[in-house]
Order: sequence, then C-alpha cells, then structure tokens
Amino acid sequence: MNSKDKTPMPASATGAGARPKRLSFLDRHKIIETNATLLLILSFLVVTIGGIVQIAPLFWLENTIEEVEGMRPYSPLELTGREIYVREGCYVCHSQMIRPMRDEVERYGHYSLAAESMYDHPFQWGSKRTGPDLARVGGRYSDDWHLDHLRDPQSVVPESVMPKYAFLERKLIEPTYIEDLIRTQRFVGVPYTDEMIESAAADFTAQADPDSDYDAMLERYPGAQVRNFDGQPGISEADALIAYLQMLGTLVDFSTFTPDASR
Amino acid sequence: MSKVPEKLKGDPETTGHSWDGIEEFNNPLPRWWLWTFYITIVWAILYTIAYPAWPMISRATPGILGWSTRADIAEEIAAAEEANAAINTKLASVELASIAEDAGLSTYGVSAGAAVFRTWCAQCHGSGAAGAVGYPNLLDDDWLWGGDIEAIHATIAHGIRNEEDADARYSEMPAFGRDELLEPAQIDEVVNFVMSLSGEPADASRVEAGAVVFEENCAACHMEDGTGDREQGAPNLTDAIWLYGGDYDSLVETVTQSRFGVMPSWTTRLSEAEIRAVATYVHQLGGGE
Repeated sequence: MNSKDKTPMPASATGAGARPKRLSFLDRHKIIETNATLLLILSFLVVTIGGIVQIAPLFWLENTIEEVEGMRPYSPLELTGREIYVREGCYVCHSQMIRPMRDEVERYGHYSLAAESMYDHPFQWGSKRTGPDLARVGGRYSDDWHLDHLRDPQSVVPESVMPKYAFLERKLIEPTYIEDLIRTQRFVGVPYTDEMIESAAADFTAQADPDSDYDAMLERYPGAQVRNFDGQPGISEADALIAYLQMLGTLVDFSTFTPDASR
Repeated sequence: MSKVPEKLKGDPETTGHSWDGIEEFNNPLPRWWLWTFYITIVWAILYTIAYPAWPMISRATPGILGWSTRADIAEEIAAAEEANAAINTKLASVELASIAEDAGLSTYGVSAGAAVFRTWCAQCHGSGAAGAVGYPNLLDDDWLWGGDIEAIHATIAHGIRNEEDADARYSEMPAFGRDELLEPAQIDEVVNFVMSLSGEPADASRVEAGAVVFEENCAACHMEDGTGDREQGAPNLTDAIWLYGGDYDSLVETVTQSRFGVMPSWTTRLSEAEIRAVATYVHQLGGGE
C-alpha cells in the first residue's frame, strides 16, 4: 500500500468491503466497532438487561424485605430530627447498618434488617464509619449524655474527633413545614394517613412535652418516646435530633423475632 | 514521504486495517491472559451454581452449598457461646464474693468484663473508667451506691434512675432553688458550708449560717457530718471528690437545679455472666471494697 497524498481511506479500514481473511463469527465484532449507532444501541441493550436482572427481581422477590412487626413511619418530631441528621451530614461518619458479622453483632446488637430502613427516604446506611454505627443507638445512652455529647463530644469521649453541635439546642423550631414534609414522605411511599398529616403539627409539639395530651400521638406512632429531650423550655433542634436518635433501632422486638435463616 | 515498512518473512498476518499506511499485526492474545479469562468465565458459572445467585419467582436460587450469612453468623455466635458456656455458667452461679478467690474465674471475668466495659460502658465512664463531669469515676474509692462486688453488681444489673427497671437505684435530690425550697441567700450560705466541709476556701461569714441550712435541709440524706449515705445514694460531701464540680458556681447550680444522672438497666441487654464479668472488672479497678 502506498501513502500518497490525498489517497482516500482504503475500504478495508472502514471494515466494509473485502477482507484478506475468512470472516469467522468472532471477526464480526468489527461490524459493531465500526458503526457508532449500532454500538450505542447494543451497549444500551446490554446495560438494560443487566439492570433488569439486578433491579427488577427486588420488586417481586418475597425475601427482599421480610415482614417485621413493630415498624412504623417516623413521628413528626423524629422525622424532623432525621432531617437535621441528614442536614448536618451525620451519615458521613456514622453508618446505620449493622452487618451480619459476629463482631458487629456483639458490639452493636442484632444485625440490621431491610425492613428497618423501609421508611427511610433516603436511607442512612452510610458507607464509612469514623464514628460508631448508630442503627441501634436508641435507648443506649441517656438524653443528658446525648446533650453533653452534642455540646462537646470530647467532654464524654476524650478521644472523639466529632465536631461540636452545641448550636442545635439553641435553635428553637416550629412545626411550620412538618405537614409538607410528611406529604413528601407519603409521596415517595411512606404510608402516612390523612389523620397523621392533619395532626402532624400537634403531634410534633406533644412528643416533646410530657405534660401534653399525647395519647392520640402514641396511638398513631406506637412506641414513640415522650419527653422533654433537652430538658430546656421550647422545642429545639436538639430535642428533635435526640428524639430521633433515641428511637433508632428500638421498634423491632428481637425477643420475638425469628430470622429466616435462608437469607 | 514516510517509509513503508518492509514486510519480513515470518511476520504474522495483519488485521487488514490500514490507516495512512499503518497496519496492525493480528497477533494472538497472550496465552496466560486468554486462559485467565476463560477461567473467570468458568468460575462465574460455578459460583452461581454453588452460591445464591439467580432471581426466580419468589426467591433467588439458593445454591447447592446452602450458604447463608444469617446461618453463618448464628453458627459463629453459637460456637463462641459454646466455647465459654462452662465458665459462663460457673460465673453466673457462684457466690459473687467468691469470684475473686477463684483465680481462673476472676481472670476470665476481668478480661471478659473489660471487653463488655469497652463496648457498653466506656462512652459515659470513659475507656479508662475515669469518668467525666456527671459520669462517675470508677477508679477511685468513692462510691455513691457502694463499692463491694454485690453493690456494683446490683448497680450494673438494674441501673440508676431509669424507667425500664423497677429495681433501679433511685434517689432524687430536690431542686432547692427551682422549686423555691430555699432562698438564693440560703443557697449561697449552704454552698459555702459544703465547700468548707472538704476544706475548700469558703466565705467564713456564711459558713455558720450555712450549717443551719444544711442541718435542716440536707442532713437527712447527706448525714449531719456530710459524709453521705450509700443506702440513699447520697454522696459524701467531705472528700473533695465531685461528680458535677466542687467550685462555687457548680455547687450553686447543683443545689438550685438538682442533678439527675441516669444509667440504663443492663439485665435486658447483657447476660448474667456478662454483668458479673463487668462487675468483676470494675471491682478490681482500684476502688473495689
């Protein structure tokens, strides 16, 4: 072959036309490699099949999420606390996923079940532990400890590298947007009822006030803890965050739960 | 003009591509690479047969090895429990006071207890058990509720001022200031008296009046000489060991607002053997009686 100037590209370079060799099945990939549109269409097809195989079964396999008693949507105050948890980026250092390994189970408690994050949008499993896992932190420490720890983590855990969150207890909050927040959660699939939405603001206030009439709230959110979490007047962000932390992992009663061993 | 390379004898075939005269030998893939590639394909197929893999109607194929994370971990925990079963049963059944006399049992208790302590207790009492403001130091010989092994065991098992255990230790100092049981001036006096009890510099002019306030309001629990009462969890005020600080401001805060430290009940979370192990550990830290 000669490389004279302005020589048109030889037909063989485009993959079309005569070939010096026999055309075996494996040689046919040249057709794909030389047709950009075909390559695109076929790549898309492969990715689609891969996606369907991996994702679609999750919608029908019965053992994806086992039914577990005790799970309920977050109460308005807990949900607000959860928003603060997300806002402050707690998930960057704290996971909420106890893996099924002996060392984790002995340290944090029963391994996490899929059902335990079924009302989490977005889920807070996290991917890195700078601090400990928080999936079952509920009831493990007192409210006072949480308050001390949020104010100044090193006052209770000298070796901690957690920053201070003292401003949370100073920032008072109102349930202004709680209805919208719950509506949004319902939109993405959390089974909040109309009644829950209507009484959201009242429930929000009731949970942080042990002198309130909180029976109806407890009926809607069984197992919710009613306290003045930060021990100070008014509902602060610390109240909401501690309410959320104190319920984490406490909803499922593991004394009656029998894991399906085939998972 | 570029030079067209000469084709040498023994050169492999070219692929047939030619870009501006540049051609490509159609060399076979390296053997080691090709075989590694084939092995990964075979491996993947065998893997999907051996382990859970393909999603079916109601669940994924279980795999012929019957592997399951949950079964694995249950087995592993059972094996660990089995290995320690004999000594745990012994630890949970002997007289508490006799644990220290049995060298094997106390060594086991101390190391098992240290592990329990680091997992469950260190967050409040510190990884070295030195405590923090509001969380008692377990290394010294000052005990709120008693420092012998039985008392330590009871405190760990039932906790302090929690709502989950009816046997939890309970004491509640009145909030003398908040509930207006004492005037601010009286609080000032009694705080000066309390400071004088442990030899801290106090305003001598108020100490005497403070003694009267103390006798009328505090002595019932903290005793007339201020040495406290472990039966009621009332701290000794004469030893200069302070849970919430012994300076004037902290003491005023304590008397005004009262303090209400809580500790959870551990019977619901830990086994009796684990509770006894951690009691053994705490007892030998230095202050055990």
